[in-house]
Amino acid sequence: MSLVFAAALAVACVVVVALPFLREPEPESDVLDDLEEDERARLELLEERDRALSALKELEFEHRTGTIADEDYRAQVGALRRDVAAALQALGRSEEVRPANERK
Amino acid sequence: MPELGRAALLVTLGLSLYALIGGVVAAHLGRRRLARSAQNALVASFFTTAIAAAVLLSALLRNDFSFTYVARSTSEALPTAYTISAFWGGQEGSLLLWLLMLTAFGAAAVSLNRRWAKDLTVWVVPVFGAVSTFFAFLVVVVATPFATQVAPADGVGMTPSLQNPYMLAHPPLLYLGYVGLTVPFAFAMGALLSGKLDERWLVATRRWTLFAWAALGIGQLLGSHWAYVEVGWGGYYAWDPVENAALMPWLAATAFLHSVMIQERRGMLKVWNVLLVILAFSLSLFGTFLTRSGVVNSIHSFTQSSIGPWFLGFIAVVVAASLALVFWRLPQLRSHTKLESPVSREAAFLYNNLLLLALCLAIFWGVVYPMVSEVLRGEAVVLGRSYYDFFLRAFGLPLLLLMGIGPLIAWRRASLKSLATTFRWPTIVALASGVVLLLLGAGRSVPGLVAYTFSAFVLATIVLEFARGTRARKALGATTWLGAFGALVSRNRRRYGGYVVHASIVMLAIGVAGSSAFDSVAEAKLSRGESMRIGDYTLVYRSLDERVAANATKIRATLDVRRGDKELGTVEAGKNAYTVEEQVSNEVGIRSDKLTGEDLFVIAEQIDADGSVYFRVFVKPLVNLIWLAGLVFLLGSVITLWPDRREQRRLVARASEAGVPATS
Repeated sequence: MSLVFAAALAVACVVVVALPFLREPEPESDVLDDLEEDERARLELLEERDRALSALKELEFEHRTGTIADEDYRAQVGALRRDVAAALQALGRSEEVRPANERK
Repeated sequence: MPELGRAALLVTLGLSLYALIGGVVAAHLGRRRLARSAQNALVASFFTTAIAAAVLLSALLRNDFSFTYVARSTSEALPTAYTISAFWGGQEGSLLLWLLMLTAFGAAAVSLNRRWAKDLTVWVVPVFGAVSTFFAFLVVVVATPFATQVAPADGVGMTPSLQNPYMLAHPPLLYLGYVGLTVPFAFAMGALLSGKLDERWLVATRRWTLFAWAALGIGQLLGSHWAYVEVGWGGYYAWDPVENAALMPWLAATAFLHSVMIQERRGMLKVWNVLLVILAFSLSLFGTFLTRSGVVNSIHSFTQSSIGPWFLGFIAVVVAASLALVFWRLPQLRSHTKLESPVSREAAFLYNNLLLLALCLAIFWGVVYPMVSEVLRGEAVVLGRSYYDFFLRAFGLPLLLLMGIGPLIAWRRASLKSLATTFRWPTIVALASGVVLLLLGAGRSVPGLVAYTFSAFVLATIVLEFARGTRARKALGATTWLGAFGALVSRNRRRYGGYVVHASIVMLAIGVAGSSAFDSVAEAKLSRGESMRIGDYTLVYRSLDERVAANATKIRATLDVRRGDKELGTVEAGKNAYTVEEQVSNEVGIRSDKLTGEDLFVIAEQIDADGSVYFRVFVKPLVNLIWLAGLVFLLGSVITLWPDRREQRRLVARASEAGVPATS
């Protein structure tokens, strides 16, 4: 009995593993979706934008709570705002060079 | 039944191998269906391993002694709960548990992150496949739990010290921690292999790493409590190699959880973070190797086996292959930003990392030194408690202080003037505490006094952070103080959950300092009616009883306890004689003071035929803070781990904005 179960288990696993091929025996494309070079660059720019925005947000909140003193806040807020602006500009530039059919 | 178990594991091995080879080919050639097929194999391997686990569990519960493993680990008289814990009490069962958790983590982590990191998970599948191939190979070829024999009338039973409720949770939690560290490792390797070294691998693994780290932390605390109440030597941590084996990956993971914030915030330390992940995973393998190989002499080594060389070989391959990958991707891992000032939050986190790593490596050297000395000098020299205590103080105390400093100073650069403003109140609280403690006599242990003072400093910073944050949230529009507090924590669970974890570490530090630096001990041989004193306590030995339980004969000495003029009741200490296992264990008596956290800890070292007993008694101030710290640690971990829907939505939106493939 155990051996029957074992054989059934092996067959079931083969089916599960073969499922993508059974479902699509002749697909239009079997190429893995991957990021193009420009998409990867855009992802990095988006990360940069989010990083800058979140740094600015955290600084504002920490200044509001009093964790960051006025002196440190004044020394940093300008630079962080410039970082945000630079990240947004870079993103904007990347959007301009993007083919129209890829834009959201 | 054993045939089904063997077949299921064999299928697991085949599936793991397929996930490895098929996954590599699919990722390398960019084949979509093959990649999906390899992923299916990884998911299926969890179900086949679960079937094997069910077979073993069923054999244990049926006391089927035709399974060699069952006969070697249990007996008819063993209570059901411990029969279940025998699953992970022996080598073969624990390796099967490793494999079960690994395949579960692999299937879950890959499936959950498929939507927004699909191009990355393609390479993660073969990494999981490689690790599970190794463990499947071990349980199929080297240490199978399904070996059979002619069934004996009864099993040999379980080591008495393992017959403890803590054994139901402590080993599985440690294994969750060890195995959980495979997830960040697999994603880090996936990122290196694919060249997708953006932040997604960090985000994908953050909660998995936290989960593994929390499980390791709680598992260690439960293990310490088990040692405290069961092993019967009067302590909770002996710097035993197997205890250290769990501490080292926890320290490495702690360093990673801090340094990853620097990468997320400043884009720095990319190489360092990958190296920490490799270190944590390698140390988790090393920990399993130490526990299971029996290569070191430890109170926790319940097995001697031949799996050691396999493990060492695998660790060597893991370290060499992952370092080669890091070297290969070095140009992409270079940071564009630099440390701007040694007085900044990132610098404080970096110091924290260096201290954690230094402590981790000092412990590692202490663990391997007996093996190294045996190879070099033919004699295993064990480094004693003083070695570890020295490094715990040298690195642990500055770490404690940094826990208070790091979160409160500015990123990039902090001025000395603002530091003075920020830390004015915590410093005043710390100094006042130090002076008061000095006047109360805490000066007899300088490290203890320093630990208390630093703890006061950190606690003050945490209270201040919560208070300031709540006030700010209230000012931003929360209607009630409670609402403001809730909003504060829920909007930044990682930060404020982290503070709760920090508070638990402070409690741990206070408990450890109190119970080790300020404890006292007394010993005496007493006949019935005689008494002994320790500190304010007086103990009178009243009686000696013998009771027969299902699996052991229990001998207990009863002592009346008095503190000053106040009767505190009785405490019992004695021994258990296990019939089947033919072993005797110490059963300690503990009386806890819930108000002060102090324990009166009684060991009946020797019971003579005439009824006289040789007692060793400890008074351990504040020791219960250690166990309370476990609960606070759990609370902080849960807060930090709690899913954040806003963050998920943001990540999916970002991925979609970048055009990351999001559909299957």
